[in-house]
Amino acid sequence: MNYLMRRLTAFPLVLLGVSILVFVAIRMVPGDSITAMLGTEAGLLTPAQRDSLAAYFGIDQPWFVQYWRWIGGILHGNLGISVTYGRPVLDVILEHFPLTLELAVLSMIIALIVGLPAGIFAATHNEKPSDLGVRIVAMVGQSTPSFVLGLLIIYTLSAGFGVLPAMGEFAPLWQDPLRNLSQLILPAITLGFAFAASVTRISRSAMLDVLSDDYVRTARSKGASARSVIWRHALPNALIPVVTLSGIEFGYLLGGAVIVEQIYALPGLGRMVLDAIQQRDYALVQGSVLFIALNFMIVNLLVDLAYVALDPRIRLGEQ
Amino acid sequence: MIPLLSVRDLRVGFGRDPQANEVVRGVSFDLADGETLAIVGESGSGKSVTALSINRLIDFGGGRITGGAMKLKRADGGIFDLMTATEPQLTGIRGAEIGMIFQEPMTSLNPVLTIGTQIEESFRLHRGLTGRQATAAAKDALDRVRIPDAARRLKYTPNQLSGGMLQRVMIAIALACNPRLLIADEPTTALDVTVQAQIMALLAELKRETRMSMIFITHDIGLVAGIADKVMVMQSGKAVEQGELNQILDNPQHPYTQHLLHAVPHFANGRATRVDGQRDKGASTEPALKVDGLVVRFPLKSSFFSRATGAVHAVDGVDFDLMPGETLAIVGESGSGKSTTARAVLGLVRSTRGSFTVGARKASAAQSALPVQMVFQNPYASLNPRLTIESILAEPVIATGGRVDAGTRARMASLLERVGLPRNSLERYPHEFSGGQRQRLCIARALMLNPSVVVLDEAVSALDVSVQAKVLELLVDLQREFGLAYLFISHDMAVVERIAHRIAVIYAGQIVEIGDATSVLAKPKHSYTKKLIAAVPTIDRRHEHFELDTRQVPSLVRPQGFEPDAARWEQFGSDHMARVEG
Repeated sequence: MNYLMRRLTAFPLVLLGVSILVFVAIRMVPGDSITAMLGTEAGLLTPAQRDSLAAYFGIDQPWFVQYWRWIGGILHGNLGISVTYGRPVLDVILEHFPLTLELAVLSMIIALIVGLPAGIFAATHNEKPSDLGVRIVAMVGQSTPSFVLGLLIIYTLSAGFGVLPAMGEFAPLWQDPLRNLSQLILPAITLGFAFAASVTRISRSAMLDVLSDDYVRTARSKGASARSVIWRHALPNALIPVVTLSGIEFGYLLGGAVIVEQIYALPGLGRMVLDAIQQRDYALVQGSVLFIALNFMIVNLLVDLAYVALDPRIRLGEQ
Repeated sequence: MIPLLSVRDLRVGFGRDPQANEVVRGVSFDLADGETLAIVGESGSGKSVTALSINRLIDFGGGRITGGAMKLKRADGGIFDLMTATEPQLTGIRGAEIGMIFQEPMTSLNPVLTIGTQIEESFRLHRGLTGRQATAAAKDALDRVRIPDAARRLKYTPNQLSGGMLQRVMIAIALACNPRLLIADEPTTALDVTVQAQIMALLAELKRETRMSMIFITHDIGLVAGIADKVMVMQSGKAVEQGELNQILDNPQHPYTQHLLHAVPHFANGRATRVDGQRDKGASTEPALKVDGLVVRFPLKSSFFSRATGAVHAVDGVDFDLMPGETLAIVGESGSGKSTTARAVLGLVRSTRGSFTVGARKASAAQSALPVQMVFQNPYASLNPRLTIESILAEPVIATGGRVDAGTRARMASLLERVGLPRNSLERYPHEFSGGQRQRLCIARALMLNPSVVVLDEAVSALDVSVQAKVLELLVDLQREFGLAYLFISHDMAVVERIAHRIAVIYAGQIVEIGDATSVLAKPKHSYTKKLIAAVPTIDRRHEHFELDTRQVPSLVRPQGFEPDAARWEQFGSDHMARVEG
């Protein structure tokens, strides 16, 4: 647990670095929130009006003063007010996050349920036609862009079966689980397909490595059955790269899936951030990037803890 | 009397066309109940493939049995045809009637499962034991292979045990269900010589207890004497000779058997040491290398920020000198600090204290321009596969700021010729050469800068015995010709006996005995030297009983600031002294 503590103390340092980066980066984009909000009408403002609006948004100060104010606010649990939504940034993020989290979890479940068995199957049928088939499907899955797959799914369902994916107002899971699932299942399949393809490829190669290891030969010399050799002896050793890959992909998904959200018209984190950048909604962009970074770090920590659970040779923080 | 195992004209091939790529080409033998057959041969002779074919594990290793017959007599007297058996039938035989142990105990156990779970698995598979019964059976199995504190060790994972301990666990697993045949595939090759003696003793004892039959595969004909009843010698996939142990060892018929017996250096208790270039006390030559008070410590820290709490004392106060034209062998087991000593001399590890004098120059550590060169253990890993031999030989010259000119090229050509490689080698790449040839290349590379001292770190250990003998001969010739001083690091006493003028025995980072080779080997004084020498297998010790000894090597981790007591030495004869044991 000493290790856990040290990892957690590193969190604020990383977040500080991320905060400076995002703060500077968003201000390097030409234009400001006044122009973004008013469009061409911003040109009609008198300098005095413009100054007072700038003072209202707090963007009249030098950047380090703005930064200092922002950081000070965060320490009090206040991420600022979103200009576009007119509400606290944290509320806006938390409103969009459940969908993104749910979508990420669903995609990962699909990826593991499909990808892991497919990878193991391919590895145990190495160089046979069935292995080749799995590898081709996986290759296609990895190389198909999500917008192609998403549009293809929508098109097939609507043109072929007359079914339209459930659109309209998004229903959170706790309010209407059925409607929620019917809204999310197609996006989850769209995201999960490519994810499953990567899981298949990596679990196949990890299994192939492990199956030629000495201890697998030992297990066979003991009289272990083919099934026991695969599931009991080989799989736990092959899981580490799968966990690494799944952690990284899951972390990305937590940052939102802009394209899939756009295709299925879902109010997820990805579209929200994209809008915020276009609107120069500084507070919202900064807040959500920090939030996404924090999520990523938590996922990485969980991945590291999973290593320890999987492999007793990895003793974190010890030498 | 039906034999336990009968193998007739076994043929095994690999690849897409197994018939065309046969590795085992018609091997036949019988094994009676309670009998031990040793299969001896060099790498590539097909001995391991033969072993893996018996329990059909070869099917998983890419091999295909292309012909022959293998029949096993089962416990109930029935005959089991190993050739036609289905995979489910074979899983019932493996572990239950045929146990197997492998060469690398470190990698042969599943790293993510406790050893308890791995032993219990055998009982679950073949005896139907579960839960507490299985645990109790696993504890008994560990007791049987003399692992102290068995109940606690069941919860260990393989990374927490030493190689010798792991090989015992492997034996416990293999013998869990009392198989009537144990196949041991080079079970001690990866282990230290004293640990090897322990494992051999254990196997011999268990064999007496259980009256099982054994197939013992080895490249070391010296090991065979201690355990085998019958010997089969293999070469290029064929059994060139087989017969009773004494007949094979004393009266070998086939030229290859004679060659093996002749080529393998047999330890002769100091009777086979070199007679040339003995150290002359009167001469006032400067030593080629003098090492004073060498200390190498690796600090231990609990985290990046905290201070060191202790240190691994890898080398703790080592002194020796080396005359031109002389070979000093440093012998010891893994972890004793012998390789660290060699690396410190070359500046490859930073020494904590101590000084080196090379020739007349006082040298600081980590000075790469010293006229000291090194030859490493693994010739396959120590030559860059993407460089031509010419670039490899030019490397030391370039590294020391020299230019590759006509003189350099002339030296390359003459050295290649000297180490016995064809002249056209320069344009070729390392993969075009065999293991022995590569080691010759490494020697040529070491000699490029005309060094006065060459450090040979287990330089012949990875080579097959007959190649080993030739490389040793080459080393001796080169030494005479160029007056080289060798620092020869090895764990193999028989090899050391052939090449060393003087021997230093190192144990737990300290020299415990040093002196004239004949004297040290024939009349060892320190208890550790005696133990090392007693553990060396020789063909003269047939069916010898080894004492079981479960002592562990002491930990080298010491608290911060710890200094060992000054050594007290006892002198025996003109050039032989041993540390006084407290």
